Amino acid sequence: MTASQARNAGLPIINLLRLKGMPILQQLHLEERLLRTSSENWCIINDGTTRPTIVMGVSGKAKELLETDAVLRDEIPVIRRFTGGGTVIVDQGTIFITFICNKDAISGLQSYPRPIMSWSSLIYKNIFQGIGEFSLRENDYVIGNHKFGGNAQSITKNRWVHHTSFLWDYEVSNMGYLKMPTRVPEYRQARNHVEFICRLKEYMSRSVFIDGTMDAVAAYFALRSPDVDDMQNPSSQFEPSSRILTRQELGEEASMELVGTVSQTSYMAAISSTFPTSKVA
Amino acid sequence: MALRMWASSTANALRLSACASKSPAFSLSRAFSTVLDDLKYASSHEWVKHDGPVATIGITDHAQDHLGELVFVELPEAGKEVKQGTGFGAVESVKATSDVNSPISGEVVEINTKLAESPGLINTSPYEDGWMIKVKPSNPSELANLMGSKEYIKFCEEEDAAH
Repeated sequence: MTASQARNAGLPIINLLRLKGMPILQQLHLEERLLRTSSENWCIINDGTTRPTIVMGVSGKAKELLETDAVLRDEIPVIRRFTGGGTVIVDQGTIFITFICNKDAISGLQSYPRPIMSWSSLIYKNIFQGIGEFSLRENDYVIGNHKFGGNAQSITKNRWVHHTSFLWDYEVSNMGYLKMPTRVPEYRQARNHVEFICRLKEYMSRSVFIDGTMDAVAAYFALRSPDVDDMQNPSSQFEPSSRILTRQELGEEASMELVGTVSQTSYMAAISSTFPTSKVA
Repeated sequence: MALRMWASSTANALRLSACASKSPAFSLSRAFSTVLDDLKYASSHEWVKHDGPVATIGITDHAQDHLGELVFVELPEAGKEVKQGTGFGAVESVKATSDVNSPISGEVVEINTKLAESPGLINTSPYEDGWMIKVKPSNPSELANLMGSKEYIKFCEEEDAAH
């Protein structure tokens, strides 16, 4: 037995899936399928996505959360995802890290929202030692009092998923599509988006962050490259729930219905063309 | 009817108490999760009250306390079939959606429409105003697979102690 094998003895196995530029809708479909149909643990790292895309939580209301006129004008895709939580706009500057685990994967961890977030904050805290003042603050990952990652979860009877979109970089203009939410953490103190968030790139490179994450995960799991068959043979019975919202759902006026039918078709065609199937890295 | 307190020191330490259901379902102190005597409980923290041809289902006080403030509830439509141990809906709290599983099998005959506007009813009144669905049971013998109040309290104690 090697030292590595001895160290890993007793640790649960986690499949480490490295992706680059996977469209976020495809990533969400993959995550939900693995949550619902796999019995293994997974860590998915997607380094950037394709075009700017808005992603709302399961109960998000577009009219309340988005500047819908601008979103419709600029044809920004809006996805309703299967997890809870708030609204983010993601693009090539976003790094996605996802954990999909069995409820008994981590010793002593209860599969409720706060314990899961407390555990995940330990993963990321390791990476920031000596670099920045990282903490989990009112359910947000912050450096100081600036948020740099949006996280959300879905918990089933025997498994859970915790995923985060980290702002390694972002376009200030994209934040203009998001309204100030009605429910905000106290520490936000009425700051607008740009005053409230910060860029991870000011603290470390993409590779340092991603490599640091994998090192931190290795303290809890034995990392394994996934079996390609697990990725390419989706369960035929499973239908993911994350989807792109239609123009009507974004509040396009009913009086434009006839024109909207045409514009909806071209809108969906335009959106769909930017969500091609991408290969696993 | 007087409240019956579950007097074990472990239960006190873990903030659990049993109450007779005909009494108001309030806790003696905010530190206690309430468990009602005439309900049955699933290991996934849902309760069922079997009352004649219809059974009422919701999530327990222990569950709502661990989940935090609920902001959204997803329920099935009337007429849908539910199966013991499988999900029929979900609740959203603290950035998380959590499946809610049916303790028994049967047909959904009514849903609590108040939860659409007031999901917090589940937090404030998990056994009464916060009920989620009513089901016509297809197999009443399934109740035997569920826990009574004493068993459920012990289950919660052991689960909390293990974490």
